[in-house]
Amino acid sequence: MAGMSQRAKTNKEKWLSMGKSLVFLAAMIPLAKLIWLGLHNGLGANPIEKITRTTGYWTLTFLLITLTATPLRALLGWNWPIRWRRMLGLFAFFYASLHFSTYLVLDQFFDWPAIVKDIAKRPYITVGFPAFVMLIPLAVTSTNKMVQRLGGKRWKSLHGLIYAIGIAGVVHFWWLVKRDISEPVQFAAVLAVLLGFRVVQAMRRKYRRNKPVLNGVEIS
Amino acid sequence: MSNWKMSKVLPSEITPREVYQRRREFMLIAASAALAAAMPGGLFAGEKLPNLVKSAYGLPDKLTPVGDVTRYNNFYEFGTDKESPAQNAGSLKTRPWTVAVEGEVRNPKVWDIDSLMKLVPLEERVYRLRCVEAWSMVIPWVGFPLAELIKRAEPNGNAKFVEFVTLNDPGQMPGVKSSALDWPYREGLRMDEAMHPLALLTFGLYGEVLPNQNGAPVRIVVPWKYGYKSAKSIVGIRFVEQMPLTSWVKAGPGEYGFYANVNPAVDHPRWSQAKERRIGDFFKRPTLPFNGYAEQVAQLYTGMDLQKFF
Repeated sequence: MAGMSQRAKTNKEKWLSMGKSLVFLAAMIPLAKLIWLGLHNGLGANPIEKITRTTGYWTLTFLLITLTATPLRALLGWNWPIRWRRMLGLFAFFYASLHFSTYLVLDQFFDWPAIVKDIAKRPYITVGFPAFVMLIPLAVTSTNKMVQRLGGKRWKSLHGLIYAIGIAGVVHFWWLVKRDISEPVQFAAVLAVLLGFRVVQAMRRKYRRNKPVLNGVEIS
Repeated sequence: MSNWKMSKVLPSEITPREVYQRRREFMLIAASAALAAAMPGGLFAGEKLPNLVKSAYGLPDKLTPVGDVTRYNNFYEFGTDKESPAQNAGSLKTRPWTVAVEGEVRNPKVWDIDSLMKLVPLEERVYRLRCVEAWSMVIPWVGFPLAELIKRAEPNGNAKFVEFVTLNDPGQMPGVKSSALDWPYREGLRMDEAMHPLALLTFGLYGEVLPNQNGAPVRIVVPWKYGYKSAKSIVGIRFVEQMPLTSWVKAGPGEYGFYANVNPAVDHPRWSQAKERRIGDFFKRPTLPFNGYAEQVAQLYTGMDLQKFF
């Protein structure tokens, strides 16, 4: 009996790691597509804008996917999304780095005065730039070793930054759009659900803790 | 009596059987040929515009490739992505088409597009186009000065502004079902701006009839102003006393002005206007005051605070 369950467990591990490799490959598709289009003259009349938009879109998408792991565990009891979360979070950072590099190199070509002016004066960049900067410590502390060094509690509170980053990222998108806000609204709606879930959970936990107890029996 | 004689029918006079059997088809072709002769013109996107007059409005700048001019468009009536107009504008029917010239004029008239095109000889003009989003193109337009039409309409003393109204038909324009802007699209010019020789009533580009996504069958091009001033697929030209409330001013009065003169010194609140990316270039280039047409148009704005009237 014990042998059977051991085998089932290894089987499950095998599927999980294979799934992880598949997710890794899938997460590379947006970049592969950009490169392919770039090599085949397929990025349209304004390739720099296209690259900036695409990498920004996927940064936000991976951020939101990362934030679904906890609700999925709580609601459906799934643990596997948590195990892929680090990789997906690193993909968010990866696409954010491409997004920022595109702005720095292709769009502004290291025009530092213009960049400083942008960060100071353009609200969507004022909010987008710190969001990118905040992603850096999260990426740096993503290894197991770093979790140990920081200690679980401190690591967890540092990684709470992801909520601020998610909000800043969606606001960044919302504020840069000229008129048609349908895409930023979709991101905002998903983000609101994901963050709302956490707020509700925190409130429920607090409520449970504060429940008055009489003679060892909860009063409800 | 009987000198009545059956005339001999020559073999050549006999209608061949296959032609006789296709007589309906033949009549259809003949009828459509007659119809076409009765309705000359009727030019559609991609057709060559005949008898273009060479004009003095050239530019040393390299032309933007026609593929970029026709596949990277802001024309929200066909969707808000740059690629959407080229994909969706096939549903626009450019014939029959009329342009109502009305309002404070002595000669109001509903122009048929084909007679409007023949009002004066068409000429080719190479203009810079600067979008408010900080990209630019160089386009050989085909048209004639808007002033030619205005002169014939004979505006009266109350006419201070001209308003341009774009077609608003959800059947042909999928984008107007969304609330991206308040439809119909409206733009406008002050009378002296509209009368300026640079303001072009435009029917074509690259020597051919305007593609639908570029504002067929008729648009205006005002090269010293941001692109959104150049209304597309126009069905109405109204002469009015009050400054019209234009679509983009209505959408964001703090961001889009009525004048919208290209001005590197006045930033859009959310992005810089100091530089622009010419489509096809890697490096940005500095934006020129009035998009490089300051010599011709700056005097229209003497004494005006361009920071305030952006």
